[in-house]
Amino acid sequence: MIRHLLSAADLGRDDALLVLDTAIEMAATASRSVKKLPTLRGRTVVNLFYEDSTRTRISFEAAAKRLSADVINFSAKGSSVSKGESLKDTALTLQAMGADAVVIRHPESGAPYRLAQWLDGVVINAGDGTHEHPTQALLDAYTMRSRLGRIDGLRVTIVGDVLHSRVARSNVLLLDTLGAEVTLVAPPTLLPVGVEAWPATVSYDLDAVLPKSDVVMMLRVQRERMNDSYFPTQREYSRRYGLDVRRLGALPEHAIVMHPGPMNRGMEIAPQVADSPRSTIVEQVSNGVSVRMAVMYLLLGGSGSKENS
Amino acid sequence: MTTYLIQGAAIGAGAPTDLLLRDGVIAETGTGLSAAGAERIDAGGLVALPGFVDLHTHLRQPGREDAETVETGSMAAALGGYTAVCAMANTDPVADTAGVVEQVWRLGQEAGLVDVQPVGAITVGLAGERLAELGAMAESAARVRMFSDDGHCLADPALMRRALEYVKAFGGIIAQHAEEPRLTQGAQMNEGVQSARLGLTGWPAVAEEAIIARDALLAGHVGSRLHVCHVSTAGSVEIIRWAKSKGWQVTAEVTPHHLLLTDELAGGYDPVFKVNPPLRTAEDVGALREGLADGTIDVVATDHAPHTREDKECEWGCARPGMLGLETALGVVAEAMISTGLLDWDGVADRMSTAPARIAGLSGHGRRLETGAPANLVLVDPAAPWTVRADELASISRNTPYAGLRLPARPVATFLRGHATVLDGKGQW
Repeated sequence: MIRHLLSAADLGRDDALLVLDTAIEMAATASRSVKKLPTLRGRTVVNLFYEDSTRTRISFEAAAKRLSADVINFSAKGSSVSKGESLKDTALTLQAMGADAVVIRHPESGAPYRLAQWLDGVVINAGDGTHEHPTQALLDAYTMRSRLGRIDGLRVTIVGDVLHSRVARSNVLLLDTLGAEVTLVAPPTLLPVGVEAWPATVSYDLDAVLPKSDVVMMLRVQRERMNDSYFPTQREYSRRYGLDVRRLGALPEHAIVMHPGPMNRGMEIAPQVADSPRSTIVEQVSNGVSVRMAVMYLLLGGSGSKENS
Repeated sequence: MTTYLIQGAAIGAGAPTDLLLRDGVIAETGTGLSAAGAERIDAGGLVALPGFVDLHTHLRQPGREDAETVETGSMAAALGGYTAVCAMANTDPVADTAGVVEQVWRLGQEAGLVDVQPVGAITVGLAGERLAELGAMAESAARVRMFSDDGHCLADPALMRRALEYVKAFGGIIAQHAEEPRLTQGAQMNEGVQSARLGLTGWPAVAEEAIIARDALLAGHVGSRLHVCHVSTAGSVEIIRWAKSKGWQVTAEVTPHHLLLTDELAGGYDPVFKVNPPLRTAEDVGALREGLADGTIDVVATDHAPHTREDKECEWGCARPGMLGLETALGVVAEAMISTGLLDWDGVADRMSTAPARIAGLSGHGRRLETGAPANLVLVDPAAPWTVRADELASISRNTPYAGLRLPARPVATFLRGHATVLDGKGQW
């Protein structure tokens, strides 16, 4: 198993499948009367969050606690080199406190890579800038697998602000590793220059792609994009790239609808679609805990981690 | 004053020759020279070149003496084989008045290791809004001829035109940092495959090329001199080639790092590789080398940009852009241009000394090594591989992107008007 989880690309096929299989076992513990496993007893996990993300933090916190780890939440929002302690000093502090793992959410791309150079413990990327969010991709893959039975050969369509999306980057990498075919759909302004090197197909036409999709994953459109001419108006975006009831009908019957949350209802996704039985949005949240348990179990204490590291 | 007899140094790509340095000038050249009381330097196997001239150096004084001073920057320059450096204007306070440029000039004189030629800001406070007193800086003791808002692009086309026109009155030249500001908002690295992968905001080549094209057209229109700082893209090379073919007075520089390094180095998010303009692709590196070889790019200039540890030991997006360059420039140029056969040592002499001295108007530098010329020269060991160690550099700062890299050649002695500033690779201070 790998030492840190910084990018979805860190995971080879076997490692990724091991995480997903382990997550199934972790999910099974959730239905027991005693939900806790003793695996990480005496180990310290720090949630180091430089951005507000209550849902991600709670998910990691629940995962660590179910593995009996001691959890320290360190909210450093607003901290940066200009004000307050530097990331390096924070790393040295956490190191001195004996953190066995640091889960980091940070507005700057690559911050987890810097952190990993400054401390000995395991670093888990919980979202860095516009770079990656690997545990989100793992929970998405877990969700696809549990709903559709496989990932190999699935046609996955990711729609929206690919340019600024860490969810899209991690999903493209992991889904490619696991054998899915990814299509990215976005206005050309919201696709990065250089996307042609990604293991994915690009389309500007959502209606053409939907009938050939087993999974459609809608990305959140950030408010600030709306004021920076990435597209003319919210209405036009919604009309061209939003998943409404009509478009839901164009999907194959078995297809599922995903969203990493939080949603802009009525913008990228219609409320009826978000609440439809084909939506996995709520499952994604609960699967997130199982997948994060699996990641911490494997990186910190579970079978196979020590002897191979 | 010590008289030096340099024995058996190849003059550029030429044959081994003796050089007698006396009273600040090259007193004699030839073979089998002797001079009573002269200190002899066995220069067999070494190459003698006119002392290097850097058109683009950040010395950080006044204002950021924790990163570099005129004195430590001068040491780094001398060790790099330089006898003159042009100190950029983005200090604090900005070098936008006669007072500040004279201060920097005087600090250079006091250090006495290289000629420090201040560059004046084009606009007050580098703000791009109104012209600084360019004439006053030209008439000051610092005799400023090159003006630049480097670090910022002079984006306003009307103001750029006025600046180009205005400096014609005193033989000035405008050096532009070509970066269209709206196209580079929040930009962190070259826009392309790597930025897409790393999720860092892209700095597109077009943001440089569009400004160079505009400025070349303006320089042609008003018949003035434009110098393009740190050219970094293949497209820029083509545009400059075209502008020169029109007969316009456009010159350009490339940095050592853009001749050697690529944007793939951003992969580990270590900000030691963050620089502005950013590292580009291997194709760009190839085009820049060719452009330098064929003379489209006139000059190698270091863009030596010292930064403190805290400005680099942080997240990529929070780090200041810039790299050290003075002490490694010759080694990098040897690797990129000599080892590849693109330039010979005469070519290096031209690109690192003669051409920059001509552009900056430094008549005592960049001269052929012949009798009567000022004794500004460097002896280079062309076959002395060495490994760059950040801790061994003379700069106060440590932000070299070459740490651990092996370079094929290094300067071993530098002379400023006959004074040895460096001997046996060691600073004489």
